[in-house]
Amino acid sequence: MHGPFSASTELDQLLQHIVNALMLGGTYALLGIGLTLIFGIMRVVNFTHGELYAFGGYMIFFLTSAVGVNFYVALVAAMALGVVLGALIELVLLRPMRGADIDTTMLIMIGCWIVLQNTEQMMWGGVAKSIVSPLTTEPLTIGPVSVAWLRVFVFGIAALLIVGTYALIHRTKLGKAMRATFQDRDTAALMGVNVNAINTATFAIGSGLAAAAGALLGAVFVVTPTMGDLAALKAFAIVILGGLGSIKGATIGGFILAFVEELGAGYISSGYRDAMGFLLIIVVLLFKPTGLFARAERIG
Amino acid sequence: MRRSLPFLWIAFLASVPLWLGDPYFLHVLITTGIFTIAAMSLNLLLGYTGQLSLGHVAFFGIGAYTSALTSLGFDVNIFGLRIVHEPWPVVIGFVMGIVVAGLCGYAIGKLSFKVRGAYFVIVTISFAEVTRLVALNWVELTQGPLALNNIPPFTVSFPGLGEHTLWGKVPNYYVMLVVAVLAYAVIARLVRSRIGRAMIALRENEPLATSVGIDVTRFLVLAAVVSAGIAGAAGGLYAHFVRIIDPDIFLFIYTVTMVIMVVTGGKGTLAGPIVGGLIFGILPVFLRAYASPVAQWIIYGVLMILIVFFLPRGIVPAVRAWWENRMGAAAVERTGAPIERAGADAHS
Amino acid sequence: MIAPPSSAHAALSIEHVSAHFGGLTAIADMTFTVDDGELVSLIGPNGAGKTTAFNVITGFLKPTQGEVRYRGISLSGLKSHEVANLGLVRTFQKTSVFGANTVFDNVLIGVHRHGTSSVWGTLLALPRVREEERRLREEAWEILDFVGLAKRAGELGGALPYGDQRLLEVAVALAARPTLLLLDEPVSGMNASETISFINLLGKIRQRGVTVLLVEHDMHLVMNVSDRVVVLNYGKIIAEGAPAEIQRNPEVVRAYLGQGVKRA
Repeated sequence: MHGPFSASTELDQLLQHIVNALMLGGTYALLGIGLTLIFGIMRVVNFTHGELYAFGGYMIFFLTSAVGVNFYVALVAAMALGVVLGALIELVLLRPMRGADIDTTMLIMIGCWIVLQNTEQMMWGGVAKSIVSPLTTEPLTIGPVSVAWLRVFVFGIAALLIVGTYALIHRTKLGKAMRATFQDRDTAALMGVNVNAINTATFAIGSGLAAAAGALLGAVFVVTPTMGDLAALKAFAIVILGGLGSIKGATIGGFILAFVEELGAGYISSGYRDAMGFLLIIVVLLFKPTGLFARAERIG
Repeated sequence: MRRSLPFLWIAFLASVPLWLGDPYFLHVLITTGIFTIAAMSLNLLLGYTGQLSLGHVAFFGIGAYTSALTSLGFDVNIFGLRIVHEPWPVVIGFVMGIVVAGLCGYAIGKLSFKVRGAYFVIVTISFAEVTRLVALNWVELTQGPLALNNIPPFTVSFPGLGEHTLWGKVPNYYVMLVVAVLAYAVIARLVRSRIGRAMIALRENEPLATSVGIDVTRFLVLAAVVSAGIAGAAGGLYAHFVRIIDPDIFLFIYTVTMVIMVVTGGKGTLAGPIVGGLIFGILPVFLRAYASPVAQWIIYGVLMILIVFFLPRGIVPAVRAWWENRMGAAAVERTGAPIERAGADAHS
Repeated sequence: MIAPPSSAHAALSIEHVSAHFGGLTAIADMTFTVDDGELVSLIGPNGAGKTTAFNVITGFLKPTQGEVRYRGISLSGLKSHEVANLGLVRTFQKTSVFGANTVFDNVLIGVHRHGTSSVWGTLLALPRVREEERRLREEAWEILDFVGLAKRAGELGGALPYGDQRLLEVAVALAARPTLLLLDEPVSGMNASETISFINLLGKIRQRGVTVLLVEHDMHLVMNVSDRVVVLNYGKIIAEGAPAEIQRNPEVVRAYLGQGVKRA
């Protein structure tokens, strides 16, 4: 830190933090987009989102270790299973409650979250599981910055999924119907949009994205039964930062959270890494109660 | 008869340690009572003003830590400023816990005026997570994950009889009961008054409430302060009864436990949190022979979903409706306004 | 029971008020006054800005420009509950009662602002607070008798027939003891006989010295009860005067043509 090289060392460190934040931000954005889609279109505060994330992590672990499936195939399968589980939750728990107020569905989602988390704990125990990836452990080094190949891969897949979701929303018929429902569900229903089908599709897609995020980050870190709790809270933070219901906001929010965490951990205190996001939420809401990128939520 | 009913209940609850031989069960009753107090406080916010605070455990934890640290003493260094606090009597710690929790409630209440609905829910969750992470990382003050140990139990002193330290379960049961009765009385008096009616009015129809001159901020903040203060009292009881607390006291799952108690029993009713608290406090005793803690949680989750599906207003309103239906009585007896017509003849 | 008017001139003055939503102009440069003890009606085709005017006056909406004064006090920047505490109480166009509360409780909530009980007084159940509670309950009964809903006191507000719900709304507003009552389409949805008894009630309210600003589509009612009528169209005042003059005003007739004047 001292001597003639200290300035460049600090710059190198900053660069390293920025690269780390970018890698993490992609997955965070994925997590946030799923949640914001569900909130925007269904007006459901989805407490199961973190569990779908954990589910993705457990599925890739289970498929690669117990079943012996190829890592890449397991990743796709984990996401697909997340879509299926999400659709099931919507059909069984949310569809019968359509028209209920936001607090009621929130309570149901909390109940479902408890069931899912404890089922995971029951099946796989409390011990953290790690996933073996086929990627080389030799890091990619560019100048002063080095990053694990796995993280690069994870970032690439996350970016692909984000772009894919954008394309789905803006380029397909389903996406058009979703956007119409988001604007005004009654009018959309009158125009012949099958709102029930849109709800199921939305919840399934959002859940699939959460499962993908869990599978990706599960491979980078480890998989534990409570990994979903913090993930859910972070997803909320991301969505709040971006403004509830805004996909663009959630994408940017994911990167903002990753940057704040990474820089906060690097320069302030690593113990408070996870607190940064929540402090950020409180500060943002104090000054801009509707988030950074969204219209005001209608109250009353 | 109706007027003496609460006293009969208190007399019954006070008699429990006299005939209940099982110390384990008494222990369960004390913790159940403590969580029921917390649930009652949550009900004031959730049930009466309609604000879903999912960070309620923060007030509980702040009360617990404040009370424990005041009575244990501490020695910390904040930005070079050394602060040494000598141990104070437990009772003062307990009151400090209520005050500090109440102040935090004030801040959250002010905030709730700015952010409503889903935003408020998430702000309160964030607040609780921040307090947990502070408790975990400010090791100098809180011992972090090592937990605060050897928290002194309550002491009582009677003039002429000297000071007594309450080590056993029976005295702690009575301390809990006194706090519970006081908390119930505070909440009951408030919600049955003009102040409580204003809170209910805000929940039911905010524009109409403001149009007749009800100040939203004032009553939301008031509800938040009282609610947080009572939750802080519950936290203080917990700290001095269990005598060891760690940052896990702030876990979201405890807020969820309180929410389940309130929703199951019936939010916005005085008896609701007590019924819910007793069910979910005592249920583990019966379940533990058959189910692991993890399986118990699964059962709670399923119960919560079933209750929201089939008894959306909770057990107490459902039982009341059934009873009134059976007795053929009109649904007149509602919170805050028993219809007793004062001087009815004079008017009509 | 209800405070008598203090002076006999311009109680409420709306001065050059405009309100815009995005690019839309809801009200443009609106100026009119209401005198103490008067009953003024605000009429105009749908979307003319009548409810927006109510929202501006009662603090539910900030005007883009202009000022509203009540008895010399500017209402700019006041919150809706502060406006209510100056004696301006409104009803809502869409029926708005506390549906899950009894009729009696609805009115008891309405009398809120005549209470002064503090938190500590309430917690300690001081005699003063208990006396106040008794007084508030009596006031609530008095209001229920006044509007004729006393026999329904125990029923839930939301379970009342439509006409009675509209009556309950007025009762809740009266309970707040207004000096200026703003009624937003009070008889919409009432049948003919209910409308007639409402006209009687309006007379009784005025006997108490309450000034009334009325928004209403029922022209028969408006022409019968108003001292003065203000006509709005597309956010602008196009006519103002006694009911008889307004009925003869060609511009008013034109504004209403195609809308179909409702003559009950």
